[in-house]
Amino acid sequence: MRRLWRDRRAACSVAVLAIVSGAAVAGPLVSTGRPAAQHDIVATRFLRPLATDDSGSFHALGTDRFGRDVWTRLVYGARVSLAVGALAVLLSVLIGVLVGGAAGFWPGPVRTSLLALTDFVLALPRVVLLLLLAAMARPSATLVIVVLGLTGWMSVARLVHGEVRSLAARPFVEGAVALGVSRRRVLVRHILPNALTPVIVSAALGLGNAITLEAGLSFLGLGVQPPTPSWGNMIASGRDTLVNAPWVAAAPGVALVLVVVACTLLGDALQDALNPATRYLPHRLPP
Amino acid sequence: MLAHLGTRTLTGVVVVVGVVTLTFLLVRLAPGDPVERLLGPTATAAQLAAQRRAFGLDRPVAAQYAMWLGRFARGDWGRSIATGRPVRALLGDAVPATLALVGTSLVLSYLLGLVVGAWQSRAGPRVDATLSMITVTLFALPGFWLGLMLVMAFTYWAHWFPAFGAAGLDADGLTGWSRLADRLRHFALPLTTLTLIGVGGAARYVRGAMRDVLGQPFVRTAEAKGLSPFHVTRRHVARNALIPVVTMLGLSLPALFSGAVFVEAVFGWPGVGRRLVEAVQARDYPVVVAATAVTAVLVVAGNLLTDLGVAWIDPRIRRGKGAA
Repeated sequence: MRRLWRDRRAACSVAVLAIVSGAAVAGPLVSTGRPAAQHDIVATRFLRPLATDDSGSFHALGTDRFGRDVWTRLVYGARVSLAVGALAVLLSVLIGVLVGGAAGFWPGPVRTSLLALTDFVLALPRVVLLLLLAAMARPSATLVIVVLGLTGWMSVARLVHGEVRSLAARPFVEGAVALGVSRRRVLVRHILPNALTPVIVSAALGLGNAITLEAGLSFLGLGVQPPTPSWGNMIASGRDTLVNAPWVAAAPGVALVLVVVACTLLGDALQDALNPATRYLPHRLPP
Repeated sequence: MLAHLGTRTLTGVVVVVGVVTLTFLLVRLAPGDPVERLLGPTATAAQLAAQRRAFGLDRPVAAQYAMWLGRFARGDWGRSIATGRPVRALLGDAVPATLALVGTSLVLSYLLGLVVGAWQSRAGPRVDATLSMITVTLFALPGFWLGLMLVMAFTYWAHWFPAFGAAGLDADGLTGWSRLADRLRHFALPLTTLTLIGVGGAARYVRGAMRDVLGQPFVRTAEAKGLSPFHVTRRHVARNALIPVVTMLGLSLPALFSGAVFVEAVFGWPGVGRRLVEAVQARDYPVVVAATAVTAVLVVAGNLLTDLGVAWIDPRIRRGKGAA
């Protein structure tokens, strides 16, 4: 853990994620608090960033075509995007641990069929599956969470499967079995907690991925529906006003990229901290 | 090797059949009815029922599936419900467009990624950190947003490249070089979008793979016996690092096709991805199922080619000694 904090990438990523989620939680305090508020549309639409409108309210990131404050929508969009991403990753980790744990612990037909299922879903193009599942019901944030969770568990399942198999052969597991602990209890209490370390790395990387995909689905109109702001549908609505108000599409995109980069760097840093072997490679070999 | 390829081909066929079956069931379970959309809100119940019977949609799903599978295998892919065009013609235009986009961007991203990753693996910490930051940012860019930003810069501000479609409105009147130039100008922005994102991922894998190999004892031996650094990198490091990179290339194909779906949607590129998005939104069953099948076949074929590539690079696998 200390090694992780000394890693500058980790510190910066955690700072970025903390600021963004802090702003999202404290939404009403750091913004106007009304993401759908419209005043005099003709007078307040397409205000440039850092502009002040006639009623004296300040718009740090300007306004969109309905005169809504982009900064406020960005903050409230962060609530939706981060929550959807986090819950989707949670769901996929849950499914992945269940499938991977079962496949790793029960050899024979259980393992074979679960691994075949994992490989099969892994071979499907994820976005095609997302499009199909998202089209199955009325688009909503819940649907996006379920769909992303159902299509994102495979890498976790593979990781957990490998870990569980190698852990199952360790002496402390044999010890627990010899003491008469039931097999299910051995799996839940002794093996799974030890197998979760690589899952954390995978979850950090998966969070960035889930947030991007949520934005993509909302961009195509299959995800979170307006007027609820999400970064994806904000970019989609800014698409039509790219010429006269580029900030409407640019702002949520920049926020999205910042968060995804932070997730990826955090995942990398975690990986290095958990796997010290890669840290001692020479940067440059002696001549 | 042949046995291995045989197993992989068989797995590929199973995956494609599975994808098609799953898609077939999913689109029919989905709420929303293509016939209602086709006939509009003024249609009477009798008209709707007659049209459903004409499409065979009133029969049980299993019967529909068996009928469709038989026709599909014989090459009769049906007609699009929304446009009335034969599905084969619809996708026949789309597949080359997607292949051109995805293929070119794959080659470009891995060539550039190899250069950047190899440079990073041997560079000092500062250069390495800077390049890592750049590649991780490229990797994180959502394709649809990067596409919009490029449109803003190169279409609206600079007026260099068109933002929509694969050819200009006057393309039919153009001949020779001007026609080619028109095509290339339309190709530029979608290709740049996909390639920029691809370079980020490729460079990250190449860097990791090269650094893994650099730590191996045989590299030190090669250096100790006095080989030039260039020779060591090219013959000993790059060749071994290529194995995981080529494997990764195959595994990144589904992601690349996924990325292409968004990029095609932004740029109106007439590929499989755009057809699929349109068909899903219109509940155009025959097009959805056929487009999914085509995507699955392309991904599976790409993975098989990757297997062949790995075998070509690694003699241990080619001779059947390695753990393939």
